[in-house]
Amino acid sequence: MEKRVTFRSAWLPYVLVAPQLAITVVFFFWPASQAVWYSFQLQDAFGLSSQFVGFENFRTLFRDPHYLQSFKTTAVFSIAVAGCGIAISLLLATMADRVIRGALVYKTVLIWPYAVAAAVAGVLWAFLFAPSIGIVTYVLKGFGIDWNWILKGDQAMLLIIIASVWKQISYNFLFFLAGLQSIPKSLIEAAAIDGAGPARRFWSIVIPLLSPTSFFLLVVNIVYAFFDTFGVIDATTMGGPAQATQILVYKVYRDGVHAADIGGSSAQSVILMIIVIALTAVQFRFIERKVQY
Amino acid sequence: MSAVSIRNVFKSFGAVQVIQGISMDIKDGEFVVMVGPSGCGKSTLLRMVAGLETITTGEIAIGERVVNNLEPKDRDIAMVFQNYALYPHMSVRDNMAYGLKIQGRPKTDIDARVQRAAEILELAQLLKRRPRELSGGQRQRVAMGRAIVREPRVFLFDEPLSNLDAKLRVQMRSELQALHQRLMTTTLYVTHDQVEAMTLAHRMLVMNAGKTEQIGAPLEVYSKPATTFVAAFIGSPPMNLIPGRITEGGKALASDGDVHARLPEARPALDGRNVLLGVRPEHFEICEPDAAMLSPDIDFIELLGSDSLVYGHLGADKAGARMAARLHTSVVAKEGRLPLRFDPQYMHLFDPETGKRIEE
Amino acid sequence: MVERRPVLTFLAHAVLVLGALIVAFPIYVTFVASTLTVEEIMSVPMPLLPGGHLIENYKQVLFAGTTTGSRAAVDRMLLNSLVMALVVPIGKMSISILSAFAIVYFRFPLRNFFFWMIFVTLMLPVEVRIIPTFQVIAGLGMLNTFAGLTLPLIASATATFLFRQFFMTIPDELAEAARMDGAGPMRFFWDVVVPLSKTSMAALFVIQFIYGWNQYLWPLLITTDETMYTAVIGIKRMIVGGDAANEWNLIMATAMLTMLPPALVVLLMQKWFVKGLVETEK
Repeated sequence: MEKRVTFRSAWLPYVLVAPQLAITVVFFFWPASQAVWYSFQLQDAFGLSSQFVGFENFRTLFRDPHYLQSFKTTAVFSIAVAGCGIAISLLLATMADRVIRGALVYKTVLIWPYAVAAAVAGVLWAFLFAPSIGIVTYVLKGFGIDWNWILKGDQAMLLIIIASVWKQISYNFLFFLAGLQSIPKSLIEAAAIDGAGPARRFWSIVIPLLSPTSFFLLVVNIVYAFFDTFGVIDATTMGGPAQATQILVYKVYRDGVHAADIGGSSAQSVILMIIVIALTAVQFRFIERKVQY
Repeated sequence: MSAVSIRNVFKSFGAVQVIQGISMDIKDGEFVVMVGPSGCGKSTLLRMVAGLETITTGEIAIGERVVNNLEPKDRDIAMVFQNYALYPHMSVRDNMAYGLKIQGRPKTDIDARVQRAAEILELAQLLKRRPRELSGGQRQRVAMGRAIVREPRVFLFDEPLSNLDAKLRVQMRSELQALHQRLMTTTLYVTHDQVEAMTLAHRMLVMNAGKTEQIGAPLEVYSKPATTFVAAFIGSPPMNLIPGRITEGGKALASDGDVHARLPEARPALDGRNVLLGVRPEHFEICEPDAAMLSPDIDFIELLGSDSLVYGHLGADKAGARMAARLHTSVVAKEGRLPLRFDPQYMHLFDPETGKRIEE
Repeated sequence: MVERRPVLTFLAHAVLVLGALIVAFPIYVTFVASTLTVEEIMSVPMPLLPGGHLIENYKQVLFAGTTTGSRAAVDRMLLNSLVMALVVPIGKMSISILSAFAIVYFRFPLRNFFFWMIFVTLMLPVEVRIIPTFQVIAGLGMLNTFAGLTLPLIASATATFLFRQFFMTIPDELAEAARMDGAGPMRFFWDVVVPLSKTSMAALFVIQFIYGWNQYLWPLLITTDETMYTAVIGIKRMIVGGDAANEWNLIMATAMLTMLPPALVVLLMQKWFVKGLVETEK
């Protein structure tokens, strides 16, 4: 991992690294450590003074049924988003790998939801599913389904899952496609000669060879569901109804910005940080073994 | 003056000592080849002359100046790399001109030098092309052009022909010779290919495991190898080294009852001593069985058309030393014993323990 | 595909067409809605063919804003989004290429320490440290400014990693040849490393452009002044209630405008986009 050739200079490397380091310290380390600091503090009603309270904020959190509910909501949400996102994209990528004609057209159409902002994706699907004027609502009513996500928590959850998955399909699709195209054709051909049909080849060769990609996407999708979906939720359900869609990161925002509960919000931030670090460490450890220079 | 002086140079990477006390004085205008097997340290030595590696102890001087602490650009040298190291995004012309541009030379000067080098190397038509549009041989010439335009005091070549196919290598070898005739610049050339070494060098430095094995002109190294290593390294197939003993009061050499040769002159001082007999495969000829000095049991024969390469073992039941002979006829026999003799003046004697040549 | 199985190929096309339709459908509906009047949208079901009000809707939204919710004109918002979408990639790439160069081509004490410091930033997205970052920005007086909008987003290390990975593939001999030619480290950087990095930079630019353009939480937090809204925030601020009483035609027109530039970038630079995605995640 080392370059054989290096330049010698006592001061130049420091100058080169300085800008990034400066920005990183000011806008990353300083706030992050502040978050940790605040999580151990309790502010008075006017926000004028604060008092060190150790792990009290954390204990309060874990006794708060809303917070625990938020954990559950986040778990359900992220598993649904990751699961559906991966399954659907895998299906599309597998099909796209098979066809030759029109492959470019399909690919172009399928990848550009990536360009759509999460919030915008939320708005689009909220419009489609709008309780009184939405097109899909209209169709559902025709099937006798009473759709009103503003009132029904489950339906609100369904809405944000659909919007989030829709946006993420492009990303997963591209990675799966790349993964599929990197499987040596000779392996597939050898299996065919051995008598394996398409379904069998898929399950016994393609799926195992795709497992690094799948694992990678799993982690990425979960992190995506944890954080990047903020826009989806804020533009549509805003955590409602009755916190049915209030995932962890949204609660951090609500408590910190709207309820001005700095201590609690910071404690939640810290917990989220720990979760992300754990997820990223797992991913990096797993992936790093596969990367060679 | 562009002589190069390597004075008792040592180099360590951490705890590993890769160059152990090498000294050589290279004369102005000389073409010196540093040759040896992979890992012997020849490239490291070259890079120390270039300034790309530091010197642990010892001195390297170019001209009169000790250059140990000088940056490559201040040493007035130019280097041709094994992988050419051409800047992929620059044209051939820009590749050659780059170093001159950095030196701040006027444009007319740069253009003149580039043009001259391009003509010498037959690159004039290719000046606008990018490296990826060139063949391996063309790229190599661009790399040489880049070195030539600097008009340095010393050229350094690091295995420049290794990435070319065999035919091209032969052609480039003659071009390199012509180039040197024309420019007469002191040249240090690293290779692991002993044929390149033999054909190009005025003098050779044969290296092994960081040490000097022998320094000398090619023919000298060929006909009077200083150690068994050099004897086996130069020549293909390598020189035969057969264990034996001096007998008959220093007049003959025998081994296992299978070898019997007369020394070119009597050496009473060596009587009874164990030695290694060195004879090159090309110095054997077939003879009558009673005139044979040794008769190997044939293992297999390679027929090359003009020559035959015979591989066999000495001793009863092939238990003795392995040996090879290059004969200028087609050998018909496929097995059995082949009676061979050689002219005693082509006999070499080495000490089996030290590997060093036993002097006449 | 090894054998020719027409049934499977047909099935593959069918699935892909279905997928394409599901992906395209919301966009299509949005486009149609942006060409209708509010009344037409309110009449359930909404017509599925484009209406005749395209020009007037877009004109109104661009220059006058909606009449419910926020009233900011969208042209200003699009401009703000553009500034973010350009400053973030350019800023990020500039500082990252320099530090990647330092980390790869120099050996200096604390090198590993700096490397890990920068690496850590990959792990925590801005959403996790919003409150304190907000306070830092407020403290620096950068609320409602472009600096405040862009600087915290430049802090992440994706670009540094991409460049580092690329630099590792540059042959050592190229740097040695440059050294022999007399080039110092910065000369080598400008004359050799930067030109060779062009493709990586293009790939990175596409991804970061989209990232900058689509930023939501951060601009939401630090802009209170309507003239500093980005387009994505603007849309959200136009929506008052969950259902009716919104000027959906104008909202959808804004949505189309907001989706357009990133979509164009993806379509026109598709090759670099794919490369950028696949390589930044390694």
